[in-house]
Amino acid sequence: MDGQRRTFLAAAGLFPLVLGAAALARSGPRVIKVSARRFVFTPNEIALKKGEPVTFELTTEDVFMGFNVPDFGVRADIVPGRTNRLSFTPDKAGTFTFLCDVFCGEGHESMNGTLVVT
Amino acid sequence: MKIDRRQFLQLGALGGGAVLASGLAGCADMAAPERDFYFVQLSDSHWGFEGPAVNPDARGTLPKAVAAVNALAERPDFIVFTGDLTHTTDNPVERRKRLGEFREIVSALEVRTVHFMPGEHDASLDHGKAWMEFFGPTHYTFDHEGVHFIALDNVSDPAARIGDEQLAWLAADLAKQPKDARIVVLTHRPLFDLAPQWDWATRDGASAMALLMPFPNVTVFYGHIHQENHHMTGHIAHHSAKSLIFPLPAPLSQPKRTPVPWDAAHPYRGLGFREVEAEDRGEKFAIQELPVKGA
Repeated sequence: MDGQRRTFLAAAGLFPLVLGAAALARSGPRVIKVSARRFVFTPNEIALKKGEPVTFELTTEDVFMGFNVPDFGVRADIVPGRTNRLSFTPDKAGTFTFLCDVFCGEGHESMNGTLVVT
Repeated sequence: MKIDRRQFLQLGALGGGAVLASGLAGCADMAAPERDFYFVQLSDSHWGFEGPAVNPDARGTLPKAVAAVNALAERPDFIVFTGDLTHTTDNPVERRKRLGEFREIVSALEVRTVHFMPGEHDASLDHGKAWMEFFGPTHYTFDHEGVHFIALDNVSDPAARIGDEQLAWLAADLAKQPKDARIVVLTHRPLFDLAPQWDWATRDGASAMALLMPFPNVTVFYGHIHQENHHMTGHIAHHSAKSLIFPLPAPLSQPKRTPVPWDAAHPYRGLGFREVEAEDRGEKFAIQELPVKGA
């Protein structure tokens, strides 16, 4: 009887962990929506965690844009009329620039933001 | 006492204003250029820009540069203008107005041959359409005194790509050159990753560099970053030119790529143009930076 009880308790103790892993597997990377319009990204400061996979869902309110994070060697086009996805896992901590890398007009040079990875 | 060009450049070097630019000695070839020569590089005039905090003489700086070039003691063989002739605008009519005004101003240059290249401000919003109406093809070659010049367009695609078609054209052109050819590449954006965080790169610039690497005598002159910068990719030197509208900070030296404010105590500081003297049959280039003179 005692043996059975111990087994049950042990299984119960594992349950939240198993459930958590299953939930993570179901939900996948953290999704961060970023909207672009000339010449602003919203949001333009984004907090990430080192080692945590993320997927950016990128949309534009007006023209064709780019989303480039040179320090992580990743980029994506932001095509009008669709949700453009970019997934990666930050492997280092710090503050990193992201920018529009498709020339979009007079304010293009200031169209950027920061990723703060902790 | 008259000073010849070579003596002048040596004096400039002593004063710290000149650098001896790239070019490794290649094999001597008897079909050599006939003589040393020099050309002038102008860049980034951004005609149409308005911003008194960074240049209260925005409409006067380009004409002053033209006057300064015309006042050179010895006339250059030709002039190259490495892009961003005009400042960008969404309005196609205004874009053509600026291109026309620019062309009118530089028509006062007392040098017969001027080779123009576009910058992203001129060409990226309409894929070079208006620019070509005024200045013709955006990529081309020419030869001068045995030196092969290649103008590459990395701005008509707003994504800063040279593109497969132009890269194939470049490969075909290079295939016709002897291995010891003396080659100068003229372009707007850096062909290497100078500072991608500030959009100071060409997305497929590495592909162009790979095509150029087999040639021992290659030098690249470009604009875009509004300051003098010298960089080596292996044996190939890259030299960026100053602007004729406002300077920009050194690459990644501050968080944002904002223009350097106008310094009333030192007007036109950081602006200028350069002389490039081909020496040793175009295997070496001596660069002399010159200021835009005030009124």
